[in-house]
Amino acid sequence: MSSLSSSVEPAPVAPQTHVINDFTIQVATVNGSGSQTANIVILKAIFQMGVPVSGKNLFPSNIAGLPTWYTIRANHKGYISRKKEIDFCVAMNAETANEDVMSLRPGAAVVYDEPLKLNALRTDLIFYPVPFDKIVNAVTTDAKLRRLVRNMVYDGVLSHLLNIDLGEMEKALSKQLGKKPKALQLNMSALEAGRQFSVDNFQIQHPFKIERLNKTAGQILVEGNAAAAMGCMFAGVTVVAWYPITPSSSLPESLIGYMRKYRMDKTTGKATFAIVQAEDEIAAIGMVIGAGWAGARAMTSTSGPGVSLMAEFAGLAYYAEVPAVIFDIQRVGPSTGLPTRTAQGDILSTAVNSHGDTQHVLLLPGSVEECYTMAAESFDIAERLQTVVYVMSDLDLGMNTWMSQPFPYLDKPLDRGKVLSEDKLKELGGTWGRYKDVDGDGIPWRTLPGTPMPAFFTRGSGHNEMAQYTERPDDYVKNLDRLARKFDTAKTIVPAPVIDQPAGAKVGIIAYGSSDFAVLESRDQLNAEASLETSYLRLRAYPFTPAVEEFVRRHDRVYVVEQNRDAQMLKLLRMDLDPALQTKLRSVLHYNGLPIDARSISDGITAQESAFA
Amino acid sequence: MSDATAPAPVPPKKVNRINLDVASYRGSKTTLCAGCGHNAITERIIDAFYEMGVDPKRVMKFSGIGCSSKSPAYFLNPSHGFNSVHGRMPSIATGALLANASMLGIGVSGDGDTGAIGIGQFVHLMRRNLPLIYIIEDNGCYGLTKGQFSPTADLGSKAKSGVVNDLPAIDTCALAIELGASFVARSFSGDKKQLQAILKAAIAHRGTCMIDVISPCVTFNDHEGSTKSYAYAKDHDDPVGEVQFVPFFEDITVDYEPGSTTAVTMHDGSHLYLRKVAEDYSPSDKMAAIRLLHESASRGEFATGMIYIAPDQDNFLDTLHMVEKPLAFLGESETRPSRAVLDELMDGLR
Repeated sequence: MSSLSSSVEPAPVAPQTHVINDFTIQVATVNGSGSQTANIVILKAIFQMGVPVSGKNLFPSNIAGLPTWYTIRANHKGYISRKKEIDFCVAMNAETANEDVMSLRPGAAVVYDEPLKLNALRTDLIFYPVPFDKIVNAVTTDAKLRRLVRNMVYDGVLSHLLNIDLGEMEKALSKQLGKKPKALQLNMSALEAGRQFSVDNFQIQHPFKIERLNKTAGQILVEGNAAAAMGCMFAGVTVVAWYPITPSSSLPESLIGYMRKYRMDKTTGKATFAIVQAEDEIAAIGMVIGAGWAGARAMTSTSGPGVSLMAEFAGLAYYAEVPAVIFDIQRVGPSTGLPTRTAQGDILSTAVNSHGDTQHVLLLPGSVEECYTMAAESFDIAERLQTVVYVMSDLDLGMNTWMSQPFPYLDKPLDRGKVLSEDKLKELGGTWGRYKDVDGDGIPWRTLPGTPMPAFFTRGSGHNEMAQYTERPDDYVKNLDRLARKFDTAKTIVPAPVIDQPAGAKVGIIAYGSSDFAVLESRDQLNAEASLETSYLRLRAYPFTPAVEEFVRRHDRVYVVEQNRDAQMLKLLRMDLDPALQTKLRSVLHYNGLPIDARSISDGITAQESAFA
Repeated sequence: MSDATAPAPVPPKKVNRINLDVASYRGSKTTLCAGCGHNAITERIIDAFYEMGVDPKRVMKFSGIGCSSKSPAYFLNPSHGFNSVHGRMPSIATGALLANASMLGIGVSGDGDTGAIGIGQFVHLMRRNLPLIYIIEDNGCYGLTKGQFSPTADLGSKAKSGVVNDLPAIDTCALAIELGASFVARSFSGDKKQLQAILKAAIAHRGTCMIDVISPCVTFNDHEGSTKSYAYAKDHDDPVGEVQFVPFFEDITVDYEPGSTTAVTMHDGSHLYLRKVAEDYSPSDKMAAIRLLHESASRGEFATGMIYIAPDQDNFLDTLHMVEKPLAFLGESETRPSRAVLDELMDGLR
């Protein structure tokens, strides 16, 4: 195995004139200045030109006034995770401009507002001063509008400097503003004015350039929360209760939009659903559990602070065996932490969320497509197991814009689980116990209110197989052991991990969720730069399936990559794995609030691997 | 099965209008203390549902935590019931009724379960006017944890240990009226006739029925110096007027002098006759209702009867404009949009 310090001379490279379709643009603006439209237009125009692209919004916990950054990465190979280095900077925020420029790597290019005089700061960058006010003043006389269209001017400048097709930008802009012809016209003028200024004044000195490619045909651009909302709708969700919290709110809000459009009964015009904004997260999960108990497909969406508040109810649902789906769009903790920054920090606490002996199923979507498919699967699993299922997304996946293949239509019939019917009751010889394991899988049969089936009284754990009140030690143990059996059954129905195991690879990587894209890129880096071939297991659910232990067994060392400080998934693995295998597990951790990047993973692995070189 | 011999004559069972006997409305044996007010309320619930001819299979029972919250196990055995978590029963009931709006919901809470840990969910339940009978079995103390004061204990009331309560009581009826409940009543577990009439009227109402029932705790709060004892309640019960309920299925004409009685037509066609004690009191006037509660309390009494009613107020389930069929029973064909919808959504993302 080779280490990083290779003795091989670098191959002679021809002087590089262009870096095509492989760079990162960062736009620094002030929160609330309306830059989102301008940034989306750049993103979409590049996407429409067939170049793989991703967009990340790094925003503060603030409505207006604080700095915000939008990063767009174009990559011909299709790497769409965050890249650390910025190649092209648009400095619109006077407050952060100095720091933004000072942190750039040599050779980077900067478009900036001329009065900021940033060109005096460094000599190793390429500067393009743009007199934004002057250009905007020529576009409109309205002071308020000037502020809004200012951002379109940098789009125009970038169109020229980065060779982004102006027609594609106009197409993207009209999609954004299609229903507002006046705003559209004004923005178009600003876009063209910016481009014209650049053409008239700038000689292109940087190597970065977009060129048409054919790698996005048929694909879509979407945020994970919108994808999850679609999944919920196609899974037939009927009751939604939620409480606003960043970064989760856009999931139920997208869902409201979709449901009002597509889930109204065609003949009566009435809703085939109920969506309630609850008074807090405790009420939200209470409503979900009440609805699940009465037979509806019910869900809520929240983030870490909400999951903590829901802990008591989650335990009740576990013991009383009520299906419920909870989306946790993870962010860094605690309630007054950095609510707009991303993390995978709720893994350990959510797996056992509540008091007493509690175990929960976690689904771990690794892409926007899985936000969609797992949203749908979560309801089947929750109803099949009669338990709480958490879908562990995060801010990066949920709120940022990701490229994806279009989603598949879900045509697998809904699994509504073991709901007692008259026929089943006959099959059972006419006797039924709500908490009786008649099938040997730990899952009992339930009945729903409002049906002719026998009723039962629901309580936490103080019940026997017939749902009668009991405090007998043997009844309690029997019930708890059955619940443990049910959790074993969960292993057979949760999504299996995705494994790529090249022959001969001795080092494995285990990762999950939004780390996937960075891991894919890192594996290529490790191969190219350190000749380290790795296997990769992407976890998609907790409890772990037997394949996970098998994967660890096959490799000498396994790096568990995650976005938290405490190696939370690694700790869950340790609880489950054969103790002899535990020394094989190592951590690569990323927890600064920014989405994980490939370089951090590669560096983390090579640093530890050097000991074995 | 056919049987050639004639059956021995059995005395006909007394049944209600849906041919059920009163036993069909009973529950498991109570585990509360002998003489507990809550047991009397359980009896009234059984009688009211029996007399109204409600199908128990169309009822869902809910409770939080506490002595009161055990009681749904003691009535309506054929109904599904859910003993949930402390103070959060309103959200469970809300979710269950969203899932199946065709059901009749009854929730039993206590004064601690409602007034302390559950005050947040109580507030929003009242505000939504969710169709639910919400009974507070109010004894001014935490029985299950041995007699601590609850938020409905009166200022100056004495605990069994001799400690005097130094905080004012929360008046759950005044709060409910202020917040938007459309049916607000107070009664006493010892007043069989009044409580029965109120419960029957609640069954006929579509909206939140907030019924605070003074229900003495014989073990921890039935002593001299307590304002929630049997003796105190009997002496300080201040009825705002007689409550007479005539269900829609009974052909009874009530003669009353106009001006002396308020007649209310309920959602299901039943009638409620409320004889006035005070000339200027109208149970449809929020301000008058709240004033009445305050005046009664300032005399050291508690007003009982139908305090406030708005029979036609919008309720939460109606505002959601849901399809007729319960959401819980909608099938895949009703809840999964077509492939064309997915295609449309995907096109919008390109």
